[in-house]
Amino acid sequence: MNIKVLYFARIKESVNYSSEEMALPKGVVTVSLLKQYLASRGEAWEKIFTGKQIVRAAINHTLVSDDAEIKGGDEVAFFPPVTGG
Amino acid sequence: MTVRVQTEDFDHARELASMRLAGRGDVGAIVSFVGLVRDVNEGDTVNALTLEHYPGMTEKALQAIEDEAKKRWNILESLIIHRVGTLQPQDQIVLVMVSSAHRGEAFKACEFMMDYLKTQAPFWKKEATSQGARWVEAKASDDEASQRWK
Repeated sequence: MNIKVLYFARIKESVNYSSEEMALPKGVVTVSLLKQYLASRGEAWEKIFTGKQIVRAAINHTLVSDDAEIKGGDEVAFFPPVTGG
Repeated sequence: MTVRVQTEDFDHARELASMRLAGRGDVGAIVSFVGLVRDVNEGDTVNALTLEHYPGMTEKALQAIEDEAKKRWNILESLIIHRVGTLQPQDQIVLVMVSSAHRGEAFKACEFMMDYLKTQAPFWKKEATSQGARWVEAKASDDEASQRWK
């Protein structure tokens, strides 16, 4: 069960990744659990995913909250609060 | 109901003429908003602004904002153009244009669409300033502006 994960803006620069395919780790069934998993990858990741700054998430192009469920085949994106307009 | 995300500039007069002459005689009002790059932010000189976005989600989010406006008000046509890439001070960033039979609906829908765009559409600004490059932080005032339409 693979998912695609995308990173944008400040988060992309901090973790030095723009996108990746990954096998959905065992037990990771929600956005908050995926954040916890990513935070364990190292200092830069921990700083982003457990830090004070807000990290928004989208699944398949729709903004979701941290308790949203993740399934195989999903495209999950992490980004800071938006600043367009 | 049209949405465009593009690097190139837009021509307000041409878009206005296009909406005005779209072939429907029931349009009595067109309201538009144009957002520009300012040359100063948080007290520092801004030399350039780069807009990043999430291709695929951006278009859907803007479409959803138009759909929501159409549900709430009796609007006839709407257009959102948002630029991405690197822009200079005084460049145009965004255009929202709405037509309706009477001005009240068009004014409200235009403001609503801008407020929602500010908090829902996945764009991020990075500014090159006299103090170096930095990501623009989201403002609480934008969240509040969006909240009042709930």
